[in-house]
Amino acid sequence: MNNIAPQEIKQEFLKSKMGIAGIVILLTLGIVSIIAIIAIPIETFQEWNNPSNWIENPKVAIPIWINIFLSEKIPEHKILNEPNIKKITSEEIELISHQFGLNFDYVDFPNDFIYEFSSEYSGNPLLQMSVIRPDGVKLNLLTTALPYSNEKTVHSERIFSTEQAIKKNLSLQSENFEFEFKRLSAEDIVFSKTHVNEPLKGDYIFLIDLYGINSENRIYESKLIVGGKAFGIMGTDELRRDLAIGLLWGTPLALFIGLAVSIASVVAGLLYGVYAGYKGKKTDEVMMRFNDVIYALPALPFLIILSVTISNSIFVMVGFLMVFGWVGIAKVSRSMSLQIKTRGYVDAANMMGQKDSKIILKHIVPQLLPYAFASIAISVPAAITTEAGLSFLGLGDPTFPTWGQILHDANTFGAAARGMWWWIMPPGVMIAITGLAFVFIGNALDAIINPKLKR
Amino acid sequence: MKKYVATRIITMFGVLMITLLITIALVGSNMDTILKQGIVFQVRSEITENPSIAESFSSVEEFEGFIQTQINQRIQILGLDEPWYSPQRIGVTMYKIILLDFGHATFLTSDEGSSDVKDILFEKLPRTVLLFTTATIIISIIGIFLGAFSSSKVGSGIDRITSSFAIISSSFPVWWIGMLMIFLFAFTWQVFPPRATPDIPSSDPEYIGSLLYHMALPLITIVMIGFGSWAYLVRNFMVGIMQEDFIIAKKTIGITQKKIIYTHALKNAAPPIVTILALSLSGSLGGAIITEAVFDWPGMGRLYFEAITVMDLPVIIGATYLLTVFFLISIFIADLLYGYFDPRVRTDN
Repeated sequence: MNNIAPQEIKQEFLKSKMGIAGIVILLTLGIVSIIAIIAIPIETFQEWNNPSNWIENPKVAIPIWINIFLSEKIPEHKILNEPNIKKITSEEIELISHQFGLNFDYVDFPNDFIYEFSSEYSGNPLLQMSVIRPDGVKLNLLTTALPYSNEKTVHSERIFSTEQAIKKNLSLQSENFEFEFKRLSAEDIVFSKTHVNEPLKGDYIFLIDLYGINSENRIYESKLIVGGKAFGIMGTDELRRDLAIGLLWGTPLALFIGLAVSIASVVAGLLYGVYAGYKGKKTDEVMMRFNDVIYALPALPFLIILSVTISNSIFVMVGFLMVFGWVGIAKVSRSMSLQIKTRGYVDAANMMGQKDSKIILKHIVPQLLPYAFASIAISVPAAITTEAGLSFLGLGDPTFPTWGQILHDANTFGAAARGMWWWIMPPGVMIAITGLAFVFIGNALDAIINPKLKR
Repeated sequence: MKKYVATRIITMFGVLMITLLITIALVGSNMDTILKQGIVFQVRSEITENPSIAESFSSVEEFEGFIQTQINQRIQILGLDEPWYSPQRIGVTMYKIILLDFGHATFLTSDEGSSDVKDILFEKLPRTVLLFTTATIIISIIGIFLGAFSSSKVGSGIDRITSSFAIISSSFPVWWIGMLMIFLFAFTWQVFPPRATPDIPSSDPEYIGSLLYHMALPLITIVMIGFGSWAYLVRNFMVGIMQEDFIIAKKTIGITQKKIIYTHALKNAAPPIVTILALSLSGSLGGAIITEAVFDWPGMGRLYFEAITVMDLPVIIGATYLLTVFFLISIFIADLLYGYFDPRVRTDN
């Protein structure tokens, strides 16, 4: 092995296009991780497997940006939560009106619409829901009284477009339309042209009016959800989860897993191998036999057994991956330290009576550092793909869902058969890109350390 | 040389025993609970099936006592009264395993309905050999020739494409590519079947054809992802050898480049290549657990995963044993081959 000064390595590395590409990808991933950690609170992310957390999102929605490439746009899922609030008081009656403007510009009807609210009131206020369509027709959707209460009370409710009362109200206004309602659902009527049952494009205004006799009524957390088939940058999955959140949070997790496993196993393997090589004789023999034992253990089966029987916590898994990761590095660093220890300065240090630990750390380990860095970079992808594989088998940590788990869900819900490419492609691409960044860096370093390969 | 082989064999045997011990230690306690619950359930259901037993008791306590003694008896017969870590039980288990007696599976059965672990294992093994060993052989052949070819033209277009393909393909998980392939070639364009298990019984004369057809997609996937890194590896060995003095000497006396590469250089690159080939052939026997899960290929990998999910101890131990044995044998053979090709290793100094 040749001695290369750190300065030289840096210079050579900056010359290699591959190394630069790796660094650039890695930096991008680092920025993505920081954005994910800052923008999405970890509490939201840990609710990943809690279905009630995702109830507002549509099922299996395609990413929004797909509409850019389509002439016939797929209806977007819209969550409107900033209504125009008006308050009108005339004599005793007070009216609170929430208005939601919606620009509807698609060739398909929306899936459904849901109005979600919490209201603070006393008495027996009246809630009226209506819609003003682009053609000026005003449809009354629902008139309902909130449950009577003597005292001040808070009431939360979701009004679904599938409610019978809405259908009934609409059929009372069927004179506006020239077609039969029969089996049509409420959204197919509300968003339809009057003469044929086709979507009517334009601006809709949804009105929510709360009539009360007491002046202290209030609506808050008022949300209108118009169900569509496209949502978010990355779409959603079968369980309505926003895939963008899963993918974003997967980045810091993958980097953590990859780096923790590879750094820990390289450090452990390096020290183990160097110590064995430096000590030699019996110590070396015993340590290398132990190394052989670990080397011969079938890693993946054992990882599966361990995660089933002991724990599938992400931190414990990192430890398990380490147990199988250090072996190869120990072998190589042992043979390297066998060469280094014959050099004069090691002998000199030995004769001066320096401690073994000092000789190893000061004189041998620094020589192996370039090799160590290359090994760290090269072993990251393996750690990431192994963890992803275990998660894919359904053995991952449910509190920290990784890309592998997204793919596991995609497989169980038959995403391939249903053509849901946005559920299969991005997690795998992310795994590959992350792996690639480290492979690039590792190979660039490797080419500098082993100049033979460059030719 | 004899001493070398002997130490190797002893180490291998030790490793095998340690692997088995760890496996038993990891699944043993869970398995005992499952087995005991099974016995309780069995005793209770036998009694409910036979009401005359229950009628012969006068009080509830007496009846419960009878059930308890029944359960205890059976637990004793099966040797479950001692914990799994008692030397006696571990000893018996290990002794049986060494004699290839894996016992009967708790839940899983072979396709023919046998619950003998040996039957199950030897039913799945040929299928894994068929898919993964075939793939490994194809991969190594393509890899060796592509590697040798690109090493003869270092820096050329083909060399660069091979190298970058190797680097890129090594960072993709095979099973993800498998999902993509299923998505593209089984559903979007319906060329191949999505599940790799043939849907006709194995006695049918068309079975072989159907099996091969079902095998195509996983085979293509594995080969596609695998050959790049092989080619890259072979190329790197060859590039190293091409810089050796004896090759340069051969060049100067006028032997053609082609002849040098395919006879002299390839022969010298043989030791590492053969070693890797031996290791990957044995590795292929385990079948990639995850790849088999994706393609639903009914081989060793899927068996292993199924056994772990239902905690079928005899199958887990049997499969681990078989996999470890194959792995160790191949390490052993690889070691011997390496020693044979490269005499420096043998002297062990």
